[in-house]
Amino acid sequence: MASELMPGQRRLTPTAVGADVLLVLWFVFSLFPLLWLVLLSLKTSAQQTSTYFAFSPTLENFATVLSDEGTRLTSVNFLSALLSSVLSCGGAVLVSLVIGIPAAYAAGRWRFRGSDDLMFTILSFRFAPELMVIVPLFVIYNQIGLFDTKLGLIWVLQLVTMPLVIWILRSYFEDLPEDLEQAALLDGYTRRRAFVMVALPLVRPGIAAAALLAFIFAWNSYIFPLILTGGTNGTITVAVARYLGGGGQAYYNLTAAAALIGALPPLVLALTIQRYLVRGLSFGAVKS
Amino acid sequence: MATTTTERTTRQDQPGRPPGDLPAVPAWRRRLWPYFLAVPALLVTVFILYPFVLSAWYTLLDYAARNTGNVSVVGLQNFQQVLTSATFWGAVRTTAIYAVVTTAVETVLGVGIALLLYRASRIGSIFEKVLILPLMIAPAIAGVLWRLMFNSQFGVLNYLLGLGSFDWLGSSTALFSVILVDVWIFTPFVAILVLAGVRSLPREPFEASAVDGAGWFYMFRRLMLPMMWPYILVAVIFRFMDCLKIFDHVYVLTAGGPGTTTTTLQIAAFQNSIVFSNYSLGATYMFLLWALVFITARYLVSVLGKAQRRAAGAED
Repeated sequence: MASELMPGQRRLTPTAVGADVLLVLWFVFSLFPLLWLVLLSLKTSAQQTSTYFAFSPTLENFATVLSDEGTRLTSVNFLSALLSSVLSCGGAVLVSLVIGIPAAYAAGRWRFRGSDDLMFTILSFRFAPELMVIVPLFVIYNQIGLFDTKLGLIWVLQLVTMPLVIWILRSYFEDLPEDLEQAALLDGYTRRRAFVMVALPLVRPGIAAAALLAFIFAWNSYIFPLILTGGTNGTITVAVARYLGGGGQAYYNLTAAAALIGALPPLVLALTIQRYLVRGLSFGAVKS
Repeated sequence: MATTTTERTTRQDQPGRPPGDLPAVPAWRRRLWPYFLAVPALLVTVFILYPFVLSAWYTLLDYAARNTGNVSVVGLQNFQQVLTSATFWGAVRTTAIYAVVTTAVETVLGVGIALLLYRASRIGSIFEKVLILPLMIAPAIAGVLWRLMFNSQFGVLNYLLGLGSFDWLGSSTALFSVILVDVWIFTPFVAILVLAGVRSLPREPFEASAVDGAGWFYMFRRLMLPMMWPYILVAVIFRFMDCLKIFDHVYVLTAGGPGTTTTTLQIAAFQNSIVFSNYSLGATYMFLLWALVFITARYLVSVLGKAQRRAAGAED
């Protein structure tokens, strides 16, 4: 092991080459579908099923998907789904931050009565089968008029965003040495000011990572909007899946363009928070 | 008595200013401060728990869209119906196969990829940056993407692999294909967790055993694996629990078909409660799935606790 930590030493041994070959195999499998998606999204309707790799690329599909023309062809209003996703996912993350940050601070800093119960109940939302909540909410939403609304979606997305925000941030607050707040308290700060002015700015990277990751997961969620929205407030995942849904003519090139637009925001966001990803994905359990 | 005296002295030392540990705020208020911070989250939690409880209550009713007018309590009749139905046990079987195979394959591949990336070759450092891309795409969108590739007439997979018009989503292949897509999406999840774990291991034990002349495989089995085990377990727990309630990409790819070959428990519940509007029956499926998830979680978390204690002991 120790010798492997020195690069130049084993550059061309059979083991090293073998390891690289295995890695390349995985990454061909892993990246080819994405490459394929890009290729398909650049084809014209005439080429979508007649060619594989040789074609003259066009960006027209992206314009079509976002325009009324696309809605007419596929009966999917993609632009409205995009807007709905941005607003409801953004809203859900904001609500989770406002509610979650103080709770994460309390749970990370103090062990008060019931804190563990509360934290584990919140974590269990992450692992509970979604339909268990959705079925009653489907009935309730239909009764009180929250069905197919952004507000209804923001509410149910708390199941996705809140556990993530609270658990990630609790691990950040736990790591924060208490001395700094103590010093602030000695200087006459109130507890509230010590929290807002001292602790909060220090975990800012954690807050950003948690918020972006929560946004990604809300954006990627499918089963909640699939059941709890109808035609007007459906999100991007529902819209993309609908391209292949109904009968009629299939537009694979438009489907690919829509899928690519839907996949891009999480990809870009994930690359910006790559350093914090492991900790976020494991809900603070693994720190790197 | 003693404390009071000290406090009084301090107070006299600094007249007009609250002393050291700021009893400017009364003790009871300080003790309530964490509760105060947690109240909003508690309220939201209660509001979210309400549908859960309602869902459990549904299992005892005969609530369906066709008889919303006269819903009555039918006791355990739903459980009797579900537990004696072939559909339910078929879904249990499909879910079990799906979860076990998927988790096993992803764990082996994920650990393998993590170890390969840990070697830190030039290729590895480029790959590490793009490793997580499939993981960040919505599983539903990944389902769409793979459906395009699986297409038996125009799909690129049959073209590249020379399979003619092989039916990837036929009744004997669909379960394999949805598992393949899961492996494509989620193996990076296992890999990055394990990679972070491997990187955090102390170097000394490895150096020491290298000096003692231990072989690579011996070190892997006796040192690395036990120390990595907690990280692997965290990944396994996440993957296994998510597989038990898998829905998104499977639904997009096959909607549970052909027939019931890919009908997992949550897809079966979806069909009962949303497609057939039998809320009570769907809720019963979900309640049983929830119980399964809960029991599995308790077991896996206790295993994790033991492994973490053992690894901590090994590192001392």
